[in-house]
Amino acid sequence: MAVMNLISTINHTLDQELERDQRVVVFGEDVGLEGGVFRATVGLQKKYGEKRVFDTPLAESAIVGTAVGMAINGLRPVAEIRFSGFMYPAYNQIVSHVARMRNRTRGRLNLPMVIRMPHGGGIKALEHHSESLDTLLGHIPGLKVVTPSTPYDAKGLLLSAIRDEDPVIFLEPSKIYRAFKQEVPEEDYTIPLGKAKILQQGTDVTVVSWGAYVHEVLKAGQLLAEEGISLEIIDLRTISPIDRETIIESVQKTGRFVVVHEAAKSFGPGAELMALVNEGAFLYLEAPPTRIAGFDVTIPIPRGEHHYFMDAKRIAHGIRRVANY
Amino acid sequence: MLAQQYGPLQGKMLQIMDENGVILQTDLVPDRQDEAWLESYMTMLKTRSADNKALQLQRQGRMLTYAPNTGQEAAQVGSAAAMAEGDWLVPAFRELGAWLTRGVDLERVYLYWYGNELGSKFADGVRVLPISVPIGSQFQHAVGIAMASNIKGEDDVTVAYIGDGGTSIGDFSEALNFAGVFNAPVVFIIQNNQYAISVSRQKQTKAETLVQKAVAAGIPGILVDGNDLMAMYAATKEAIDRARDGGGPTLIEAYTYRLGAHTTSDDPTKYREDEEVEKWRAKDPVKRMKAYLIAKGIWSEEEDVRLIEQYDEEALEIFRKVEATGETELEDIFKYHFAEMPEHLQEQYDEYVQYLKEVE
Repeated sequence: MAVMNLISTINHTLDQELERDQRVVVFGEDVGLEGGVFRATVGLQKKYGEKRVFDTPLAESAIVGTAVGMAINGLRPVAEIRFSGFMYPAYNQIVSHVARMRNRTRGRLNLPMVIRMPHGGGIKALEHHSESLDTLLGHIPGLKVVTPSTPYDAKGLLLSAIRDEDPVIFLEPSKIYRAFKQEVPEEDYTIPLGKAKILQQGTDVTVVSWGAYVHEVLKAGQLLAEEGISLEIIDLRTISPIDRETIIESVQKTGRFVVVHEAAKSFGPGAELMALVNEGAFLYLEAPPTRIAGFDVTIPIPRGEHHYFMDAKRIAHGIRRVANY
Repeated sequence: MLAQQYGPLQGKMLQIMDENGVILQTDLVPDRQDEAWLESYMTMLKTRSADNKALQLQRQGRMLTYAPNTGQEAAQVGSAAAMAEGDWLVPAFRELGAWLTRGVDLERVYLYWYGNELGSKFADGVRVLPISVPIGSQFQHAVGIAMASNIKGEDDVTVAYIGDGGTSIGDFSEALNFAGVFNAPVVFIIQNNQYAISVSRQKQTKAETLVQKAVAAGIPGILVDGNDLMAMYAATKEAIDRARDGGGPTLIEAYTYRLGAHTTSDDPTKYREDEEVEKWRAKDPVKRMKAYLIAKGIWSEEEDVRLIEQYDEEALEIFRKVEATGETELEDIFKYHFAEMPEHLQEQYDEYVQYLKEVE
């Protein structure tokens, strides 16, 4: 078993799937020769040739739009958008076609395609490099939206995404690309989409998060454990569709619910999660379901980003209030 | 008309001065005082000093990220120098030479790359738009500004910049088309520096030149040696004059080279050969103009060394100020979203301030 960080796991997983399935093609800006701005595709063009791993002109709409065509014509495209904040020119393709082709054609044309994007912030980057698009993507009927928080999950989820018969948006938290390493099995394994993971069993508060924030929440859990507050921490892993069962069961047990996310608070994914908690566990609640989320502001560039992105201490502060409600 | 002689389908590139600063086409030298050329040259030097200093500071971990301009000074300064007082400049993100020419403070530029949004707040009256990171999107704004000039009956011209990679994105074609349809007084400048991060110009389009994209939009275009200050000035001046006289838009391809990295996050040795870089270093726009001015007897090696020293010191001084005062004020993150802060945002701000007090 190899020890890998998130970015090398993405590379390893794409490598294995390119090897296993001739229909898989990998492309985007800087993906081929350079191997990606984050090095996710390093070495793949050399190994699989320019027909299967290639650079595209600078045109996000065309990257996604041609992926639609490739998927219709029998390939399994894995397209990369350089940063999720550069997705917007492709949003028309994503909303108007990627998400709708199966429904539009009443099942005749499905799109087995993946759009990978470095996602989220806290990496001291300039404007548009730190966006949280959970809602913009999760709100679209017909899309699956996945985000791993560990190398192990990344492999299993990415393989599921590529093998899925429908389009999957795969959001890679760039903050933790190289943050830590983990053992990742060499062999093939998948993790089902739409299944959350309970990272820590607890009794007092259910805390749901995903992506890079999962690690801050785990740290917050340690801080609060010292005060005798026990968190049940759930990594959502798939933003859409949401694993309602795991969350509701947990809240029925703890009676308290907190969601922690990077995206701006208003109309954010937390609102959806609180709604489903209200629908499914209302009579079990001992405190108002609560969001610990980004301010309703444009994500600041580096000299201000520490105010926007929360550390474990600030997250713990918010959770503590719910625990003591 | 230069745009006919060196138009998109002529297969020729406008060059007035050769790589050693020798005038090739005397009749094409723009009518401009020696002092004006010297001033433009000084702006090129200042641009390079600011660039070198920024890179040095970035390596020391003091500047966050930086997009270097070295090698592209003539493309930027030559074009911007042809603008008149009320004209608008719409940049992409690598136009330091143009910004300095048009009165943007280096302090603001450094502040931006230092990571503070205040770096995009230029002084009142400076008709320069902020950096636009989403590639190509700024071209639409340029056309809109130019359309507004037409609608209001004013004769200001808008000059907009994009890179070679930007010509592949839809916004580029849409902007050219709009500009043509509405006869907008706008000059589009492609800084073809041969690379969009790692993707070479050859992989960006099958078109022989980027300026050929003017043909389908039905607008004039001209291919220019982007490392030749005089050629850039001449081509842009002609395009601006035409636009001001109601002749509509022009596309200029400045054929140049990014001698440095895309940004400090990038390692160009991964996608291009040193040999190629050296070949372009010989075409250095600054070196070329310096040779011309010295040969003309209006500049000297000694003055050059002194001025570079002075600019280096000034750049460091400016950066020190940025470093000392450049942290983002918490309130700034909230207060600029609307003319007045809405209640929910005020609440979020207050709550956070309260939190900071509690944890202090």
